[in-house]
Amino acid sequence: MELTTKTIRNMMSSVKSTRELELTCGHCYDELDQFIEMKLSGKKAEEAMPLVQEHLDRCPTCREEYETLLEALKAMAD
Amino acid sequence: MQIRTNEEWLSDLRGENQDQAIEDLRKVLKKGLIYALSSRIKVDLETQVEDFVQDSLLRILDKMDTFRGESRFTTWAQKVAVRVAFTEMRRQRWKDISIEDLLPEDSGDFTPMVLSDPSPDPEKRAAQTLMLEMIDGMMSSELTERQRTALLAIMHGGMPLEEVARRMDTNRNALYKLLHDARKQMRNRLLEKGLTAQEVLAMFETG
Repeated sequence: MELTTKTIRNMMSSVKSTRELELTCGHCYDELDQFIEMKLSGKKAEEAMPLVQEHLDRCPTCREEYETLLEALKAMAD
Repeated sequence: MQIRTNEEWLSDLRGENQDQAIEDLRKVLKKGLIYALSSRIKVDLETQVEDFVQDSLLRILDKMDTFRGESRFTTWAQKVAVRVAFTEMRRQRWKDISIEDLLPEDSGDFTPMVLSDPSPDPEKRAAQTLMLEMIDGMMSSELTERQRTALLAIMHGGMPLEEVARRMDTNRNALYKLLHDARKQMRNRLLEKGLTAQEVLAMFETG
């Protein structure tokens, strides 16, 4: 089985960031609107909701949606 | 457009002002999605966004009871719209690709892992080979076939979680838990061998 250095790095990065307690994608999604409003109002959302921040750091699928939602909300505010 | 509180959005969307409230929400969602997706969708942006918004409105009306009131209603609604849009975009993007297409060749249990781009430094290359053997053994002994397949589809193939989940007849949450268990097993196995993931990572650093 031929793997690239990048694959091994991806795997080990995800192992490195593993915690006993993690939010699933569904739980992260449930909290995301509250988290993002804190971010937009300049509050330290990552301190108030660290599990959400950790999930976003770890899960590219959720992070992509979070970043897009952030953009969409900025447009709505204009 | 009328400015509404959360309570007003909910009562208007449920009551006799529903048509106007839906139209207002449609405008809000469309504006947000057009802006946010303009860098990702290069053809027929407006038409595609209109389709996403239409599907989102149906979802929002269906799921309105799950809105917990911890944010503005429009933030929650836009979150739903972004999820609807990405689900469809990912489905389109990956529609002709199977998990098997993404797995490294001969990814069965008995084919040893090799690195396609090992370090040019002989010493580092030797260390990488040893480490790879260990990771290979760890994946074979500690992980189920389902865990290995999902891990490789995501880490090697770059497929989004929800697309892997669809192909494995599960859902995003269950797949996340499956992978969480796999990561914990790998982390614990490394620790048993006196290693951290950070140390392994350092061996595969490029440059």
